This record gives sequence, structure tokens and C-alpha cells, in this order.
Amino acid sequence: MELTLNTHEAFTAKDLVTSQDVRWCPGCGDYSILKQVQTVLPELNIPRENIVFISGIGCSSRFPYYMETYGMHSIHGRATAVASGLKATRPELSVWIITGDGDSLSIGGNHFIHLLRRNFDVNILLFNNQIYGLTKGQYSPTSEIGKITKSTPMGTIDHPFNPLALCLGADATFIARCMDRDPVHMREILKRGNAHKGTSLIEIYQNCNVFNDGAFELFTEKATKKLETIFVEHGKPLVFGKDSEFGIVLNGDTPCVVNLAEVNTNDLWIHDETNRNKANILVRFFDDEVNQTNLPRPFGVFYTQNRPCYEDQLTIQHAQALELKGTGNLDELLRGKNTWTIE
Amino acid sequence: MSAPLIEQKKTVTIRFAGDSGDGIQLTGTQFTNTAASLGNDLSTFPNFPAEIRAPQGTQAGVSGFQIKFGSVEIFTPGDECEVLVVMNAAALKANIKELKPNGILIVNTDGFNARDLELAKIDKDSNPLTNGSLDGFKLYQIDVTKLTRTALENSGLGKKEIDMCKNMFVLGYVYWIYNRPLALTISALQEQFKKKPAIFEANVKVLKAGYAYGDTTETPMTRYEIAKANMPSGVYRNINGNPATALGLVAAAEVSKLPMFFATYPITPASDILHDLSKHKNFNVKTFQAEDEIAAICAAIGASFGGSLGVTSSSGPGIALKAEAIGLATMLELPLVIINVQRGGPSTGLPTKTEQADLMQAIYGRNGECPVPVVAACSPSDCFTMVYEACRIAVEHMTPVFFMSDGYIANGAEPWKFPQTKDLKPIEYRYAEAKEAREKYLPYVRNNKLARAWAIPGTKGLEHRIGGLEKENLTGDISYDPDNHQFMVKLRQERVDAIADFIPLQTIDQGNPEGDVLVIGWGSTYGSIRGAVTETLAEGINVAHAHIKYLNPLPKNLGDILKRYKKVIVPEINNGQLVRILRDKYLVDAKGINKIKGTAFTTQELVNAIKEASN
Repeated sequence: MELTLNTHEAFTAKDLVTSQDVRWCPGCGDYSILKQVQTVLPELNIPRENIVFISGIGCSSRFPYYMETYGMHSIHGRATAVASGLKATRPELSVWIITGDGDSLSIGGNHFIHLLRRNFDVNILLFNNQIYGLTKGQYSPTSEIGKITKSTPMGTIDHPFNPLALCLGADATFIARCMDRDPVHMREILKRGNAHKGTSLIEIYQNCNVFNDGAFELFTEKATKKLETIFVEHGKPLVFGKDSEFGIVLNGDTPCVVNLAEVNTNDLWIHDETNRNKANILVRFFDDEVNQTNLPRPFGVFYTQNRPCYEDQLTIQHAQALELKGTGNLDELLRGKNTWTIE
Repeated sequence: MSAPLIEQKKTVTIRFAGDSGDGIQLTGTQFTNTAASLGNDLSTFPNFPAEIRAPQGTQAGVSGFQIKFGSVEIFTPGDECEVLVVMNAAALKANIKELKPNGILIVNTDGFNARDLELAKIDKDSNPLTNGSLDGFKLYQIDVTKLTRTALENSGLGKKEIDMCKNMFVLGYVYWIYNRPLALTISALQEQFKKKPAIFEANVKVLKAGYAYGDTTETPMTRYEIAKANMPSGVYRNINGNPATALGLVAAAEVSKLPMFFATYPITPASDILHDLSKHKNFNVKTFQAEDEIAAICAAIGASFGGSLGVTSSSGPGIALKAEAIGLATMLELPLVIINVQRGGPSTGLPTKTEQADLMQAIYGRNGECPVPVVAACSPSDCFTMVYEACRIAVEHMTPVFFMSDGYIANGAEPWKFPQTKDLKPIEYRYAEAKEAREKYLPYVRNNKLARAWAIPGTKGLEHRIGGLEKENLTGDISYDPDNHQFMVKLRQERVDAIADFIPLQTIDQGNPEGDVLVIGWGSTYGSIRGAVTETLAEGINVAHAHIKYLNPLPKNLGDILKRYKKVIVPEINNGQLVRILRDKYLVDAKGINKIKGTAFTTQELVNAIKEASN
């Protein structure tokens, strides 16, 4: 394919705004995500024309219409599949998948896990609001059990997905979590995700103020945030609290909250992004009624791994075939091995 | 020993049948390739069970391969066969009703012991080899298993490996009957077993033993010779429909210089297209085995968005799953080729049997008003031509296009006077060019074909968004405006209708340009109809045949053609689909001739239908 060679031209967040009116409900967490993405992209040193946003269906999936880049608003659950075909054929593009908890984990669950295992070098922003917004308020595969919604007047009886545990199970090579109400942290995670070679899965807690208001309030509001969240950083101990007074230690494979005054800081869990076993524990930091645990919710990069990307392997195979057989000769191929002549 | 009589014949139909582990398909293919190389015209019909390892020795596990070859034009694999080769009792039971009276029946007697009869559900006291039920045929009983084992006594191979060679004995014997050379098969075996020289040697030894068996036994068997067919001069090869489809795709990619992305999910009977294409990685085609049918088409759409020609293939059940994405491609106005190798339906239906019951699905089977161009191949080699056409239309008109094949032509074979690259129609496309100006790019501005420009990511100044929501013309912006929606629905229809100006006019395959009966077909019924029309024309019936390859839009002159005949009949391997479209579109009193048995029409069935219509 002949591609125009572009001289990279700088652009600003403003250049990324389209002529379309943003139509999310006032107060929706999506606004913050849009803002952070528009803020971060100009800093990534990617030509604007090489950036592509692909989405499925749902509130979050309107996102590409608001980005002055290339974009496709595809069909429900299939953004991951569309992006796979695009990335396989155009590895040089910067591909961003915008999806929600329903789009990626329910109707698009299959493509989602297969994209992760293939490890295309794309970024997935999973807007998790634990509800179906666009269809007006049914429960989603991440809604907590017992939730009363339009379709579950007596409460849901569906056990919810733990998105990051699912991603780890699908051998994702980069998994991280951030939230709409912490823009500084989100921008940092977006940059980390973009820098990762392979599929970067970023779960973003996003408030749906119309159908599921306050779902993440414990983590986002000033009064509770410091006690209920823990921001993990590679090589640093797991510490949280109003004045960083608590930490996490591992008792065997059980994480326990400890008061820093009562333990040796050397005994604290030191975050290691490359430790898969610990990542498995970290993604399961949820309040657990059965085990009576009360753990802070982690944010940050949970796990990273270097693994070859599908599109690179594909390119290599084609190069090998060319080396082995030479450039294909169509006339020879059409002729095949056995011919005969009729005079 | 008196030399056997050698008799000249114009055509012969042979059916090989045995257990699916007996190597019947290989035997048939080898016989076919040899016949082709000797310049015979031919047509083949492989018929195998859906189960990979159906219970051995049972009727469910019977695999068959029929070939008709001759020194005259061959239209179909033949109705009944003149020679039937059976490897066991179940194969005899499943096939004997299709052997002509007084036909040659060659049986492997080792496949008729008590256990074989029991598996075939034949009463042990009524062994057909001894109870006289086969008296109406020329029966040749050969203990193939024993003779094979004798031939390989000192080969050092195990019993299992030795028994695997017995199909070669049969092949050698049939080669003897038809006075055919062994060389081509020997070189094919060499290629197949290049890493297993002992197995290669064994197969050749048994092949030669089979041939020698004809020479040395005093079988009172007439030998036959079938001269070269009188075909147009040129260089030929043998081709099946699925490989022809794969070649057509590679050719489209090479000629257009457009990278192709073939994304698919395995399904019978379409998977061989993937197998073939995945071998051609030194051409301009990438293959992708997706996680499901929906992912396959969506990945193809993603590739098309990026400037490749996205192609996806499946059979009916998979096409049903792709429907929503076909609608998306229609809205996006991106090129996409959707291959449907049809099989018996609905649902899982008859995976290995043929049917052409997905025409309505191709033309109408989506939500909303969603017109999609449809083309269909009429024979194995025509798959090359028509899938190439599908690619051309998709790229030049920026639209998804259906290419229809079916199990019958996908697996069937015929001689092919293959084209040269320089003879192929050019495929015109151009990506939209980069722009410096910062005015808004309008992705839905159209050319004289009503096709929008192909503006691919990576091109400066053309950043734009497309999607499945209704859009405003020109800008592509989301629009819920009522008038705009009606305008766009009509426009998308107009886009497909406009293709009629860029496809060939309908021709009459044979017969008078006007007359009593017009037989209209599409797809794999071509050979059967051509055979029947040839026969009835010879009998003086005023009949003609038109075969439609462009089904949506239909050729512009089709309506005029229909008016020139008193009666129109439409044979289809379905419950009446094209016939409804013709009646709807042209208000013509067309009558359907329908067979829905998972097999093709016999020539005789259509001869009868034509005669009835002409009365």
C-alpha cells in the first residue's frame, strides 16, 4: 500500500474538538474522560491523522464523534473485532477502542477476550458505570448482585463480572484502573497505556448520574476516597489512608490491612507490575462479605507483560513467506501444477 | 488368453464408494486429474458424510465420488452411473440404486463378511453377492484387501498401513479398464508422501498391481477408450470451486494492487477457501481466522476502513450471524466481499449437502432497507470469474457485495481454460488524497457511480467519523431528520441499482432468442440445465436457457428477454426463490421447478420439466 508520508504536525486539545455537539447527559462522567483524552493525545507524539477511535454501541461509544481524528462508531460489542482487522492491516496506526461494561463484557464478551489474548497493540478504554445507560437503566454484567433496576424490580440475581480478573484470565498484557473524578491520575494511566506495546486495558470507573448515580462515590468523594482507595505504583509499598496510616501485607495469599504503626514497613506488600500471582490477588480487592474483608479499591497499573503482538507476528510470517517463495507470481499460481493443451 | 476387446465410448460415469476411511475422495481426485490431463471434458461430484469419523462400515459413513468424463461436452457429473466401485456392503447398499441396468459393478469382497453385512444392516442370509440380487449387473468380485496384502507382503509395513493402500488397487484396476496412464498419479503420490518414501513405494506398488490384475487375470472384461474432448484450444487445468474462489481473490488483490484481508471462521463447505489462501502468503492477501463469524466480518470491515479489501466467507448459518455487520458496511459505504458457500438449511441443516436456498437471505436478509449487490457462480471455474467480479464491484462502488457459491460447485471439479493475468479486467480504485486545508472533510461526497471516496486513516486532512447511525449525505454527520432518512434510504438503493450500468447484459446460453420455453437458472444448476436444454433442443423443442450471474441488480435487459417466451420455468435447488423475485419484479408468470434433496437436478428431471412446459 502506498501511504502518504506525513511530516508530523503538532496539534492541541482544541484541534481534537469536532463540530458535533456533545450529547451526554449533563454531569456524566464521560465528559471528564473525553477531556483527559483530548488533553493527553497531543503529548503522545503521534500524527493526528494516524489516530483512530473505534467504538461499539452505548453511551460511551458516541465518543469517536467528538474526536477530530479518524473514527468509527460500529455495532454493539464489535469495536474490538473491527479494531483487530484495522490493526492487523495497518500496524502503524494508533488505535483506541472505546467501550462500556455492556458493550465489552456482555454482547461483545467474546471479541473482547480474544483481542486480549492476541495482544494487538491497541488501547481499550472500558467505561464501567455498572449500568445500561443508553437503553435507560437495566442492570449490566458489572452491576452488583441484588441491584434494583428497571429490569430487576426484585434485585439482580446475576453474579457480576470482575472486569480486571476476566482480563487477567484472558492473558491481557496491560491492565489498569482509574476513575472519572481523578483526572490527573487518569491522564497518567492513559499515557502508560499508550506507551505499552500490546493491548492496554484501562478500566475507568465512570459515574452515570442518571441511572446509577453514586456507584463509585466511596472511591471518588473526598470524605471517603483516602480510606477506600489505594493507588498502586511499581516498586512502592501498598499504603493508603487519610495520612497514609494503613498498609497491606500478604499473609500467605491473603491480603490484610495493617496499621503502619504496628508493622515493620519492610513487611508491606511492594507493588510489582510484572508479578502475575500478585496481580491475581490485586484484581480481587473487593469488599467480600463472605470473608468479612474490607479492602481499599486499587487504582493504577496492576499488571504488565511483554508478549509479541499479533500484527507483528503476522508481518513476520508474510516476510518469511516472501523470503522463502519469492514474490507471488499470479500466472504461475493460476496455472497450477498439472496442465494440458488442446490444439 | 484372448486380448480384451477395446471399445470406444463417448462418455462414462463412474462412482467410487466406500467407507469414509477408504480414501475414496483421493481415488476420485486422482482419476479426475488423469482424465483431465488426457483432454477429456469432465464434471465431478464428491459426496461425503458430515461426520469426520462416522461409524466404520455403516451407511452413515459411506463416502462417494462420481465423475462423468468424455470426448464430448460434459454438463454434469451424470445422473446414474455406468460403473460402480464399492469397497464394502454399506457402500453397495447406499449406491446400487444409482447404477444403470447392466452396469459394471466392481466389489471388494472383503467388505462383505458377516460383520460388514451386520453394520450395513443387511440380513446375513441375504448377502447380495450370493443371493442373485445383482444379476442385472456385470459383477466383478475382487478380494482387494487380500490382493493388496499379497502385493505388500515384503514391504515391512504394518497391517494398518498396508490396508490403507487398497484404494490404489481399485484405482489401478479402473485405470486398466479405461486404458489410462499411471504417471500422473505416481507423481502426485510422490508429492503427497515425500516425507514417507516407504508409503509412497507401497502405494505405487499396489496401484501397479491393480493395473496388472486387469492384464493378467482372464477377466472377460471389455476395455474402453475415451478420446479427447473437442474443447476450445488452449491450456487447461482441473479446478474445484473453492480453490477457484481462492484464486479469484488472489487475482483481484494482485491485479488491483490492493491489499486483501480475508477474515473468516471455519464452516463446511467454505473452509477450503481459507486453507488455500493461507498458503499464499507471498501474495497480497492476509488471512485471519477469527473467533466467530461476527468477528470475522467485523475484522474485514476494519481492514476495509484501513484501505484493504476486506473479505469474509461462510455458509448460510454463518451468514445469518453476519447480517448486522453487513448492514453496518452498507451504512459505512466501504468495500467488502461476503462469500456464501451455500449448504442445506435452515439452521445447521445439511452441512455437506448442497442447496441454493440463501438467495433471499443475500438479497433481503437484514434489518432495515439494506440493498446489497449479489453475484453467483454457475460452475467450479466460474467461481474465479464471479468472485473477481464481486471484488471489482465492491471496490469500484464502495459497497458490500455477496458472492454466492454452493457445496456442489465448491467441491465439484471441471477442466478450466485458466486466464492469464493480462486478460483480467482492471479493478479501478483510488484512495482520497491528503489535504492541507483545514476545512471540514466531507466523507459522503460521491462520484458518477454514487460511490464516496475511500479516505483511509493515515491521510492528512481527511480525518472523519463514520458509523451505523443514519447520516446526513455529504457530511456524514448523524441525522435523525425524517426527510434525510428517506433520502438516504432511496440513495442507498439507487447506488445498488446504478451497478446495472456496469455489469454485462443478460445473454441466452443456448436456444432461440424467442420461443416457447425459457429456462432461467442461477448458480450451480447451470450444468444440469445446459444438459437438459441441449437434449430437448435436439428433440426439436423450442426452448432456450438463460443463466443469471448478476442477481442484484439484475441485468437491465432481463425483463425484455422474459417477454419473448410463452413460458418461463425456473429450476432451483430450493423452495422457489429466484422465481419469486422474477415474478415480483417483472410480473411474469414464471413457474418454479424445485428440488430440495441436497443433491443437484438430474438432466432427466429437467428434460421432463421442459417437455411438460412445452406442451
